[in-house]
Amino acid sequence: MTAVARDPDQASDGTLIRAGRRLLRHRLGRIGLAISFIVCFAAAFAPWVAPFDPAGIDYDAILSSPNPKYWLGTDEIGRDILSRVIAGARVSIQIVILAIVLAFVAGTLIGLTSGYFGGVVDDVVMRIMDGLLAFPILVLALAIVAVLGPDLLNAMIAIAIVNVPGFARLVRAQVLSIRELDFVQAARALGANDWRIMLRHVFPSVLGNVIVYASLRASTALITESSLSFLGLGAQPPVPSWGGMLSTGMQYWDAWWMSVFPGAAIFLTALGLNFLGDGTRDALDSRLQD
Amino acid sequence: MHHFIIRRLIHLVPVLFVVSIVIFSITLLLPGDPTLAVLGDQASQAERLAMRTKMGLDRPILLQYVTWLGSALTGDFGRSLRTQEPVAEMLAARVPVTLQLTLGAILLAVVVGVPLGILAALRRNSWVDVLCSATAMSGVAMPYFWTAMLLIILFSLTLRWLPPSGYAPLLSAPVENLKLMILPTLTVGMAMSALVMRQTRTAMLQILSQDFIRTARAKGVSETRVVLRHALRNALIPVITVIGLQTGALVGGAVVTETVFGMPGLGRMVVEGIFERDFAAVQGAILVIVIGVLAVNLLTDLCYAVLDRRIKL
Repeated sequence: MTAVARDPDQASDGTLIRAGRRLLRHRLGRIGLAISFIVCFAAAFAPWVAPFDPAGIDYDAILSSPNPKYWLGTDEIGRDILSRVIAGARVSIQIVILAIVLAFVAGTLIGLTSGYFGGVVDDVVMRIMDGLLAFPILVLALAIVAVLGPDLLNAMIAIAIVNVPGFARLVRAQVLSIRELDFVQAARALGANDWRIMLRHVFPSVLGNVIVYASLRASTALITESSLSFLGLGAQPPVPSWGGMLSTGMQYWDAWWMSVFPGAAIFLTALGLNFLGDGTRDALDSRLQD
Repeated sequence: MHHFIIRRLIHLVPVLFVVSIVIFSITLLLPGDPTLAVLGDQASQAERLAMRTKMGLDRPILLQYVTWLGSALTGDFGRSLRTQEPVAEMLAARVPVTLQLTLGAILLAVVVGVPLGILAALRRNSWVDVLCSATAMSGVAMPYFWTAMLLIILFSLTLRWLPPSGYAPLLSAPVENLKLMILPTLTVGMAMSALVMRQTRTAMLQILSQDFIRTARAKGVSETRVVLRHALRNALIPVITVIGLQTGALVGGAVVTETVFGMPGLGRMVVEGIFERDFAAVQGAILVIVIGVLAVNLLTDLCYAVLDRRIKL
């Protein structure tokens, strides 16, 4: 990851378009984009895409293995696994997007102010971030859920909080070098106030790398969300979640489809997000630009 | 070396301070009356007030924090709100389980990941390399609990080679313990093997193209010696970094893995504590986990220094 440290006013308007083209030429990035698109499409249009009502019960088809009617089989009360996997995508994707956006906003604000102003504020804020980074992500998320109580919204807040220190550290590190560059000094000499310099000049310069970081964190956020739901601390029944479905699957080992398909959904989505993150990183990396 | 260790320990002080505040805050921020967890909802107001005084909850927050920290530093983490058992004793019983699991996983990651990473680097772009890269990418995306469930379905329920869950102490029932630990160790170790493999491959590729390797080859040193003595020693530094950085993720993996396999470790203690609102147990377990992770990070730094003399101690 390299800092694209130039005044955004001087940057070409076509930078993002070129990065988009490079992403489409990136083999893994393309696969990641396709998987992410399919999952997001399924999540957005779940009620129309799913073949059955995810909460609908078919008493004649309890624990049915995959068959022409229920492609991925049914669960312990006769609900269609495929429809629940699609509905679960909606839950997971919403949580991941909201958590990453929250972490992005909070971490960027903390990193910008800490790096730009420096001094005691920077020291105190960064020690707090170091302290939070010392916690394993899932353990910190568990501690936060312990305080807030186990439910989906709190899981989202926990995932956002555990991701804030990473964003803050990344942004701060870049701001430290950017704040000394000529275009920032020039803006200061022209009388621009600190907030204007931070938001109009410094922030756009770090944005590329923060987007890359956000895309790379998305798969970790997804796995954290599904882990919390699996442990019973995220989405609560009857809300369909991939982690929750796997947790139920553990009570019905003979019905392997209850464990295999929701897990495959998490795996493929995390893989797609990883590929997309790698592709985005390469597409925005200034050293690899054409 | 002493100066280096002292310097690193000094750096740890503010981090541990923040960690202690976060962990202490767990009880402070809890919604509702903490005496509910001890007395239930049938207790009278007088009983609650007496319990608040007994638990020290009527004192100023700063004093509560200092008392809690002082006790924790002497190994007194209080008593479980549920069983009244000293948390320190619960930790003593559970730490070996998590330690065995994580150390086994690291060992597996090194034993599998390093040789395969070397092989992938030496046979670049061959099917071995492609297979290693694909495995590495897949390993990172597989949630631990799904890996665990697939392993149970395959090895326990289909092939019937290994028991699906449970735990036996290593010292009193070593054979049973090893049988029961294979699947959990594979679960946690496989993801890390993937990362170690990828890192070893990248580091070996960079080092094998450097001048000192060319010189060694020109001097007639055998290829095995070039790879194992000259290249691998240098390639191990980034590999150790990955292992150090991934310890946190490894412990996260241990939390869910212990739950799937029904192992009485620290991770399961946290999860059970949350459900039973046994926050003394949750606090103790999380504190021990974080101190363990920080200790591994310190060890990682020491390993750099031993492996690379250019890093000043």
